[in-house]
Amino acid sequence: MNETLRNTGLFAIIAALIVFTGFTQSWNAALLIISMGLISSIMALGVNLQWGFAGLFNVGIMGFVALGGLAAVLIGMPPTLGGWSAGGWGVTAALLMGAVTIFATALVAKRMRKGWLRMVTITAILVAGFMLFRAVLDPAVEAIEALNPAQTGYLGGLGLPVILAWPVGGLLAAGAAWIIGKTALGLRSDYLAIATLGIAEIIIAVLKNEDWLARGVKNVIGIPRPVPYEIDLQNDPGFVERAASLGFDPVEASTLWVKVLYVALFAGVLLILLWLSQRALHSPWGRMLRAIRDNETAAEAMGKDVTARHLQVFILGSAICGIAGAMMTTLDGQLTPGSYQPLRFTFLIWVMVIVGGSGNNLGAVLGGFLMWYLWVMVEPMGLWLMNLVTMGMTDGYWLKDHLIESAAHMRLMTMGAVLLLVLRFSPRGLIPEK
Amino acid sequence: MDLLNAFIALANYVLVPGIAYGSQLALGALGVTLVYGILRFSNFAHGDTMALGAMSAVLITWGFQAIGLHLWVLPTALLALPLAIVFTIVLLLGTDRLVYRFYREKKAKPVIFVIVSLGVTFIYNGITRFIIGSDDQNFLDGERFIISARTFKKMTGLEEGLAIKTTQGLTVVTAIIVVALLFWFLNKTRSGKSMRAYSDNEDLALLSGINPERVVMITWVIVACLATTAGVLYGLDKSYKPFTYFQLLLPIFASAIVGGLGNPVGAIAGGFVIAFSEVTITYAWKKVLGYLMPTGFEPDSLVQLMSTDYKFAVSFVILLIVLLFKPTGLFKGQSV
Repeated sequence: MNETLRNTGLFAIIAALIVFTGFTQSWNAALLIISMGLISSIMALGVNLQWGFAGLFNVGIMGFVALGGLAAVLIGMPPTLGGWSAGGWGVTAALLMGAVTIFATALVAKRMRKGWLRMVTITAILVAGFMLFRAVLDPAVEAIEALNPAQTGYLGGLGLPVILAWPVGGLLAAGAAWIIGKTALGLRSDYLAIATLGIAEIIIAVLKNEDWLARGVKNVIGIPRPVPYEIDLQNDPGFVERAASLGFDPVEASTLWVKVLYVALFAGVLLILLWLSQRALHSPWGRMLRAIRDNETAAEAMGKDVTARHLQVFILGSAICGIAGAMMTTLDGQLTPGSYQPLRFTFLIWVMVIVGGSGNNLGAVLGGFLMWYLWVMVEPMGLWLMNLVTMGMTDGYWLKDHLIESAAHMRLMTMGAVLLLVLRFSPRGLIPEK
Repeated sequence: MDLLNAFIALANYVLVPGIAYGSQLALGALGVTLVYGILRFSNFAHGDTMALGAMSAVLITWGFQAIGLHLWVLPTALLALPLAIVFTIVLLLGTDRLVYRFYREKKAKPVIFVIVSLGVTFIYNGITRFIIGSDDQNFLDGERFIISARTFKKMTGLEEGLAIKTTQGLTVVTAIIVVALLFWFLNKTRSGKSMRAYSDNEDLALLSGINPERVVMITWVIVACLATTAGVLYGLDKSYKPFTYFQLLLPIFASAIVGGLGNPVGAIAGGFVIAFSEVTITYAWKKVLGYLMPTGFEPDSLVQLMSTDYKFAVSFVILLIVLLFKPTGLFKGQSV
């Protein structure tokens, strides 16, 4: 079978699965799967850039996605009244001071001669800098959090169109990736994995605890949308008329139309990124990356700066994850730091890349859709399986209750098993690298 | 100035918890470092191995408690520990046979092993949650305190109390015994020496007739002992909750890297460095400083450098500093 036909067939199967869901469940559910599938594909593209192109192992995807989500709040939400005058400038000043402290430390570490004097100076700068930082930050934070804590209690955003948050989310993620890449790249490959695992946990901890930034676990809800609201559509006579002419009732038509608009937006972003990734893959830059991946020593001997290229591609891949994170928070309309789980946001994306075919951009997109579909379906399937297994048992028997209750945990095992099986028996994935 | 009370407060809130936590981290980091030294990859499944091993101990403990088996003032979990270790050994050897051996024979890159271990992590995690659920489980019994704060105050007449929990004492004693056994094994026995030889130079070890599969098997057995012991001690001391073990992965890795990956002495030192940094940075120093400062100069605020929610950030920052300035760790590890 020729390759194009095979790939088209694979995508057609997924399309058929989604259409099937549309007929059997509802078109709303099907459209939701498509939009989340699009977002997942973008995340998978980013990870594929890191792993498939360059062989970098990033276990902190969750953190970069969450930073994207933060961007959606910081850009999209309206500013809190009086937030900036209460403590916004204080917080900014404190953060600047923190940056200056770190910069000064780095400068001293570089310029002064090694010895006890340098140690003392560095310690003094760090201690004084930290004291100052806390002295400015604490009252400012307190003032911000005291502002109507039930509704706001945070600085709020800039009140700009939320679409702008997508590139900004990418920038935030790129910044975090730069810090990690600077320290952990160029060392053993495992160190990057451990460092990214750490930064992801810390980003989530910051989002959960810094209430002045994005309300912490109190969640930010009602992030403005880039598409119209259902209720406005239902009140718009023109829309109702058009819906009626197509045979829809206004409520259903409005929910469907909103989702179609989201799908169109996300598909646009995916197509642009996919085009860029394909261009990158076939460019001299992409060839160089693959050469480095396949034999670092040889590439280095040819005069390629391995660490710098790794840093580049690591930042780019993380930025794409950040963009996808901002898109996801836009779709949800809320930022809930408590919902960021490593299984859902790091591990699932990895399974997508590996199942789809690492090193192949189309593979990443395919994997994104396929694994998202499975992810949605595993829970009902697990429940169905458990009901089947326990059919012979009497109701109320402890094992039956336990098994049915535990069906929700099937996801972990299924995803782990899928990853291990694919790695073992088909390590090149569904659409292998050429 | 009240040095004695200041010291007791310090011991109560910083030293005792720090030593107990440090011992737990050291045991965990020893497991990670051994896998790294022999199998040459960072085992992401270690946290969940601890969770699964501890889970089996929890279940066995419940069984013992149900038939009325108790261990005087000590937790019944100690009786269950050997059985739990056997369970974990079977589990790890099975995993190695089914999963890791294939890649070892193929001489796969370390990063593939890391990905595979991530897959194993989620299967273990799934099994744990499937069997015991994701909630808090209590399996501690026996006497709660070696010395409670009130008895200590009565005994010494001091203002501050010093409480030592049974689990804390137990943690330290067990850790010392386990580490002593481990070092005796590594330095004195033939198998231990072959393990060290294999870790130092694989080719040379193969040439001198060391069977690599046997070395790997012994490693997994030791790792199972360490992981289960660490998991049970942590679960007794804090409380058993499956997902906390995945989060322990970061401090454990940080301990192993700070000490120098592949170096057992380093893993122990690293465990205490990380534990004490975490505890001192997240502890509110108000009380201790209140005793130390001259009257009138006592601090008003809590003097807490960072809230406890950021304890992971502490191990992470230490990790970054070590990676930046001394990637081989404090004690010479293998990796650059």
